[in-house]
Amino acid sequence: MKYTEEHEWLRVEGDLVVVGITEHASEQLGDVVFVELPEAGTEVTKDEEVCVIESVKAASDILAPLDGEIVEVNEPLVDEPGKVNEDPLEGAWFFKMKASDLSQMDDYMDENEYKDFIG
Amino acid sequence: MGELNRTPLYDLHVALGAKMVPFAGYEMPVQYALGVMKEHLHCRAQAGLFDVSHMGQVVLRGESYEAVARAFETLVPMDVLGLGEGRQRYGLFTNDGGGIEDDLMFANRGDHLFVVVNAACKEADIARMKAALEPEVSVEEITDRALIALQGPAAEAALAGLNPAVAGMSFMDVVTVELAGAECWVSRSGYTGEDGYEISVPEAQAEALAKALLEMDAVEPIGLGARDSLRLEAGLCLYGNDIDTSTSPVMAGLTWAIQKVRRAGGDRAGGFPGVDRIFGDLAEGVARKRVGLVPQGRAPMRAGTPIFAEAEGGDPIGEVTSGGFGPTYEGPVAMGYVGAAQAAVGTELFGEVRGKRMPVTVAKMPLVPANFKR
Repeated sequence: MKYTEEHEWLRVEGDLVVVGITEHASEQLGDVVFVELPEAGTEVTKDEEVCVIESVKAASDILAPLDGEIVEVNEPLVDEPGKVNEDPLEGAWFFKMKASDLSQMDDYMDENEYKDFIG
Repeated sequence: MGELNRTPLYDLHVALGAKMVPFAGYEMPVQYALGVMKEHLHCRAQAGLFDVSHMGQVVLRGESYEAVARAFETLVPMDVLGLGEGRQRYGLFTNDGGGIEDDLMFANRGDHLFVVVNAACKEADIARMKAALEPEVSVEEITDRALIALQGPAAEAALAGLNPAVAGMSFMDVVTVELAGAECWVSRSGYTGEDGYEISVPEAQAEALAKALLEMDAVEPIGLGARDSLRLEAGLCLYGNDIDTSTSPVMAGLTWAIQKVRRAGGDRAGGFPGVDRIFGDLAEGVARKRVGLVPQGRAPMRAGTPIFAEAEGGDPIGEVTSGGFGPTYEGPVAMGYVGAAQAAVGTELFGEVRGKRMPVTVAKMPLVPANFKR
């Protein structure tokens, strides 16, 4: 797993990268009440806003962590946004993407670095 | 930014695991371990305890209640003189332009008037009252008492566990009773749409009273986050968001708060700031009105969301002033201002969220029915 400073996690599954948000982020956000997902097939560039999640408090963007193409989105999240709080690391992944340059992953933190980052 | 104030319940909030945030000059609990959603639902199902000690408590005394009431009527378009002893009423400080300077609660406590004002406005409110009322009426800010709200269908049973006398109170009754050994000024009121009480308690005994209530199974501490979603579902205005110095009470849909006796043709008509505009609005209607709004999608429409009459083109015809997710409503809820022509319940409008126009329907308020004990 790799972690971004925006509190996203990236997990490589075969030739795809699965993206979600960390437990820390889900706790900070509070109860998530709305998730807007991108469409499968969308070409994205790194740091582009691709999802919106809204908690009871505020809206937040999820950024594309890598250049590439969104190939699958987690549709059930739209009906069950609360999953982001219940199961952020497994069930509540947001999208799977095909990265055009996997070496972009190298810029991100590993688990220990992320733990230090959030203090 | 100056130092933040702390209420007498600060240590208790921290001990209860509250997340503290700056609010109106105070460090206040925004949520506890349950989280905003569960706190909200708990308050509607059982009872929630709120620290509202940041609000201003003011006692006005004069020669008699009547003398104080007549003086106070020069500041508010409400019937103060006709308020019965042991009764409370909602009021508004208006300005010369007919806008709202603050909303408040006032109670006839026999020999004095007890006023509760919003935290962010309290300094200005007290200055306004002193300038207008002294020396005939003394304006004393009460700084040695906390203010606690206990709200929800189980509030009566919980508070009656400490003193059975409170069970006999009706909505907007005010009494002085002993609770957990403290002399408390209790009103049957609140700002959640639920039955419940607001309790002014001496500072030194506030924590003991709060703990006595929190020991009861039905009572959970509730933070500002849920207080906001509860009052929004209940259709209640938040000063600074839904009403401000430019909104007239008529625009805000608060004409019910202006009793007949103070309106044109009434025995004590007028005599308050902004009377010309307010009487004009009452007689001729207003161009914009506050309405309930229900977004048809799942996306919340938050304060500042522009409202349009059409799915494309045109200028905004209004704006959301409070919006978010309603845990009891189980969907996004909002209120805001729209043109009078678009204010009828059922009107289909569009709110622009992140550049996209989404359907939103004008809805009857409150969005969740009130549960007051009349």
